[in-house]
Amino acid sequence: MSSLTTGAAASAATVPTVAPRLSTVRSLRRLVPYARPAAPAMAASMLAAGVATGCGLAFPLVIGAIIDGPITHRDTSHLIWWGALLLALGIGEAGLFFVRRIIIARPAMLVEARMRQDLYEKLQRLPVAFHDRWPAGQLLSRAISDLGTIRRFVSFAFIFLIVNIMTFAIGATLLIVLSWQLGLVVAALAIPLVLLAVIFEFKYRSLSRRAQDQVGDLATMVEESVLGIRILKAFGQSGHFSRQFLRQAGALRDTELTKARVLSWLWSAMVALPEIALGIALLMGVKQVANGDMSAGMLVAFFGVAMTLRWPVDSIGWLLAISNETAAASERFFEVMDSTEAISSPADSAVSQSASLMQAGSEQGPSGRGPASNGKAGHLAFRDVYFAFDDDPDSPVLRGLSLTLEPGETVALVGRVGSGKTTFTSLVNRLHDVTGGSIELGGVDIRNLGLAELRRRVAVAFEEPILFSASVRENVAIGLGSDPTATARYDVSRRNGTPGLDAPSDDAVTVVADGAISADDAVDAAVARAIRVAQAEFVYDLPHGLATRIGEQGLSLSGGQRQRLALARAIVSRPEVLVLDDPLSALDIHTEAAVEQALASVLADTTALVVAHRASTVLLADRVALLEDGRITTIGTHSMLMATVPAYRDLLSSSEYTGTSSTRSGGNPTGPRLEG
Amino acid sequence: MSDTEEAANVVIRPDAPVVSGRNSSSPSPYETSPYETSPYASGNEEWQGVAAEDTDDVSAHVGAHLAKRSRQLLMSLMRPHRGLVTAMVALVLVEQASFMVGPLIVAYGIDSAVPALAAGNGFPLTLTIASYIGSGILNAAAKATFVRVIAALTQAMLLDVRGRIFDHSQELSVSFHEKYTSGRVISRMTSDLDTLQDLAAEGLDGLISGILSVVGISVVLLVLDVPLGLIALAAVIPIAFCTRWYQRVSRVIYRRTRRVIAALIVQFTETMNGFKAVISFRREARNTRIFRAVNDDYARANGDGYVALAQYSPTIRLIGNFTLTVVMVVGALRVVDGAIEVGLLAAFLLYVRRMYDPLEELAMFYNSFQSASAALEKISGLLEEQPTVAEPTAPQPIGEIAGRVAFSGVTFGYNPVALVLQHLDLEIPAGQTVALVGATGAGKSTLAKLIARFYDPASGTVTLDGVDIAQLANSDLRRGIVMVTQEAFLFSGPVADNIALGRPSATRTEIEAAADTVGVGAFIRSLPDGFDTDVHKRGSRLSAGQRQLVSFARAFLADPAVLILDEATASLDIPSERAVQDALQRVLHGRTAVIIAHRLSTVEIADRVLVMDDGRIVEDGPPKQLIAAGGQFAGVHAAWRESLA
Repeated sequence: MSSLTTGAAASAATVPTVAPRLSTVRSLRRLVPYARPAAPAMAASMLAAGVATGCGLAFPLVIGAIIDGPITHRDTSHLIWWGALLLALGIGEAGLFFVRRIIIARPAMLVEARMRQDLYEKLQRLPVAFHDRWPAGQLLSRAISDLGTIRRFVSFAFIFLIVNIMTFAIGATLLIVLSWQLGLVVAALAIPLVLLAVIFEFKYRSLSRRAQDQVGDLATMVEESVLGIRILKAFGQSGHFSRQFLRQAGALRDTELTKARVLSWLWSAMVALPEIALGIALLMGVKQVANGDMSAGMLVAFFGVAMTLRWPVDSIGWLLAISNETAAASERFFEVMDSTEAISSPADSAVSQSASLMQAGSEQGPSGRGPASNGKAGHLAFRDVYFAFDDDPDSPVLRGLSLTLEPGETVALVGRVGSGKTTFTSLVNRLHDVTGGSIELGGVDIRNLGLAELRRRVAVAFEEPILFSASVRENVAIGLGSDPTATARYDVSRRNGTPGLDAPSDDAVTVVADGAISADDAVDAAVARAIRVAQAEFVYDLPHGLATRIGEQGLSLSGGQRQRLALARAIVSRPEVLVLDDPLSALDIHTEAAVEQALASVLADTTALVVAHRASTVLLADRVALLEDGRITTIGTHSMLMATVPAYRDLLSSSEYTGTSSTRSGGNPTGPRLEG
Repeated sequence: MSDTEEAANVVIRPDAPVVSGRNSSSPSPYETSPYETSPYASGNEEWQGVAAEDTDDVSAHVGAHLAKRSRQLLMSLMRPHRGLVTAMVALVLVEQASFMVGPLIVAYGIDSAVPALAAGNGFPLTLTIASYIGSGILNAAAKATFVRVIAALTQAMLLDVRGRIFDHSQELSVSFHEKYTSGRVISRMTSDLDTLQDLAAEGLDGLISGILSVVGISVVLLVLDVPLGLIALAAVIPIAFCTRWYQRVSRVIYRRTRRVIAALIVQFTETMNGFKAVISFRREARNTRIFRAVNDDYARANGDGYVALAQYSPTIRLIGNFTLTVVMVVGALRVVDGAIEVGLLAAFLLYVRRMYDPLEELAMFYNSFQSASAALEKISGLLEEQPTVAEPTAPQPIGEIAGRVAFSGVTFGYNPVALVLQHLDLEIPAGQTVALVGATGAGKSTLAKLIARFYDPASGTVTLDGVDIAQLANSDLRRGIVMVTQEAFLFSGPVADNIALGRPSATRTEIEAAADTVGVGAFIRSLPDGFDTDVHKRGSRLSAGQRQLVSFARAFLADPAVLILDEATASLDIPSERAVQDALQRVLHGRTAVIIAHRLSTVEIADRVLVMDDGRIVEDGPPKQLIAAGGQFAGVHAAWRESLA
């Protein structure tokens, strides 16, 4: 079997690289806006490091002076002052080390934190299609380990790269001053060093990138192995999965070893070259001392300074390595940040929002039906909608779908598995955007509505309910939204008599200023009502009632229980439009009947689109639409369709298997094609 | 959840409020200044709700226990690579030796080569230069080899520990994962391991070269001149005190860092996994605030680590510089007194200077070590978890599996106070198809999970062909019993691979045949790359119904003796369900099956119906007989019939 890991790797590979590969310097330069707040601290830190290095360089000079002065002249009377000078330099050096570190500690953290925060917020704005395509571990590794690399660069590597190069320049100058012949030998080192750095950058950079991508793939596998633990256990395939994991981990190890090999060459050159230069300098120095052209103290001082330069030169190797890794990390970070927010609020959403509100408000109350109701709140129209997935643009899932829902109307959507029902429902609150045609809510193209407004007006219950690690109350109240302005708008629209929102006064929802849903009784009342409708009263029997934590970090609930909570969440805000994707599939027959009965009251005055697989669910609807071949081929009442449309009967009838159902229903619409 | 790990949380955060969200009157973290201690990561926020976890029973010896546990883990990781460790030590010796002769050669050059050259003898100079350059090259070679050896060691250890955590987390029971959360496992395997990599890659270098230089230079110093050597070594005493202080401070900080990063990863992964719900319900703003709180917390914890190091490392430097000054002054006096030569003093000073650089490296090692041991505490805590549903050490062999399942006196509850099943006895003969019906919460899924051994009964046994399933090897158990649930989890990657998970050795033909059997083959072939189409994260390329069909194909491919279907057709339309049932009827021939379905169409293919109510089996018999008897099942069946109208 070709492994699942190759799948993960392949999907990582298909992740589009947005930016063309930039040079290390250009990739690093992109970090400037983020690093800017830390720039003063970095500059100060650099200065401190530079001065400290200066102190370090002065050390051998003072020692040389002591040897040539008090020792040579056998005069210890001023020795104490020399000692004091040495001590002052020592305290200065240590003190500046402290300053260098302490000054950058917090600002570097803030750079990292801000980048992570921006990444998180960006990810929340990117469309579902992006998230489907990008493996979770790739996102996580960007948010954690890549940003950690960048933090190390900002707080340390960048500073020392600059300071060490300057130290080398200053040190070399100093050496030239001490002895120009010897000094030049050491200064000439710079040429091969720069050459080496360039070659290294070329080789190391792509290795860094590969290693980081592999780290992301590993994180993806870890995440999938844990989230899919039940499946792996049920099939006893943990061992199989584990072997794939080890193979992938082995690939990462190989990359890391290659990196080490490249680094080792650079490093050995960085160590050997200065030693050779110093050997030559020593040869010349000893000769000069012997000739009397140079004093012994001077030679000691020269070597003292030269040896202080060793670390700056040695370290350039791994500082370059970190810089390359940071460049790759930056590239990976900006790949996400540069992704287009394909689905976002229109630029003038504020205007269109108020416009649509005015429209909604100016019309009279709820449930006005009829052909002239286009502009009314709750009026939902699909006009010649096309939809194709990014990776398969040639075979659209939806092909010219048209459907109109009158305010307050409930339409059931029926179609074979894979006919595009779920895709269709995900278009209404713009989890995906249509690739052709348009969807209008209250007469306004939904792409002209603010996203927050749209998603406030349209509530969705997914077939696979997603609960958050939070209290039951929070999980349901999430449906009320957490955005204070949205809630304010909600209040406005409610006052304007939006259908479905004619709530009693105790349902007024308030949101406290910091955005947390308040402990207000009104919220409790709304939550309680939603729980009642969704027949989710079991929550009161949980260990802490509504305050019990559920979701991944809390109590696990059964599929049916989760589904009812998701339903409660969708209806809690009394939205204008409800989209329910097979909302009762996991319920037993009694519970299903009870929910349907309670739901009927909500659906009476809410526009609703309900995906249904069963006749029992279909009966909730005023009309049924049959989705075939990417279009609505038939629309009418359940009994009418049962009587006249074989394809429909085939889908919903409980009668014995007829033999035609296993073939895909043909493309010939069998019923009258109606539009609302 | 590991109580020791939680205890560790308490050790490091004595100020952490132990609140239950419900009665908490503590202010929201968003109202406090971001630089106040935020209780987010340890305390429960009101919005998070109350979970049954206790974090406050700490005993005094917990810290010692944690340290021992992480040390043992580290040792066990290094032990198989003793050869590499030895090579590493040898290389550091060569590297340090070749590095340390440098000053001696310079001293020799000044003290001997200069006079010799003046006297017309060039040999000492040649010797000096040759040995200087030679030692430099040797040093470079040793360093280069060292980089490779350390990488080999680090990577081998990481591979080992990655595999161990991965396998261990796979072995741990479902009940463990329900509590521990995926985010924390991910955090153990990603960011915690990063610190281990830092330790091995950078820290070990510092440790070995630090120790060797300090010891080596100390010996050289004492040999060169005893009084000066003693002065230089006296510095070790204050350094020891500083290190002790740093150890105490940094341990607390790094534990917090590990815990907070785990909280951050949990929030991150949860947002991304529930992304559709997040944006549909406009939770972005609230998420942003929650994330900000924990992200700021992490920045603060990390910053605290930097600050502590900023105090520790320069202090070491200060002590070193102070010592150097004393050595210089005393040394100068001794040279003037004629006790030592100038060249010797020069060498001495170069050595002292060199001694404190490695000391700082030691400080850096200590820093990585503290960070890594905090991570090791967490990792070893995970590794210490015992799977509550463990594979037996001496499994009972079972040959050809017929598929006879029996419960005898089984009692089970997810927690000890609320029992779901009590003294359940049930015998399912091999080859029988049993439909399990009953209201939500009657214990149907629990019964199914016990057969699949996701849990072990509190008392009583579940047997397969008369053998307690707890005594079976995992491979035998999974060969015998496969469960398909409503949650059709797909892994990212090709459809074919997802089906092949049922039997990795299956050929492509067999995979396609399995897909055709459940009627999803035609659809899969219509995808852009057919069976090789990537289904994307969690199978999002497919609809819920298609995912269920794929997981059916997976189960059929696995070809077990006992097949358990828990609401496995809930998302299918009626024709697909019928197709699956047709397939089932063929496939189930000669196989045992336990089918849970709210939709009673399944019952039509069942030989026997069990009606469960409140953990007991209240009706048991062939469907027709039960319908005729007019009991609970007859009522449900009638209602279902009606619902189809």
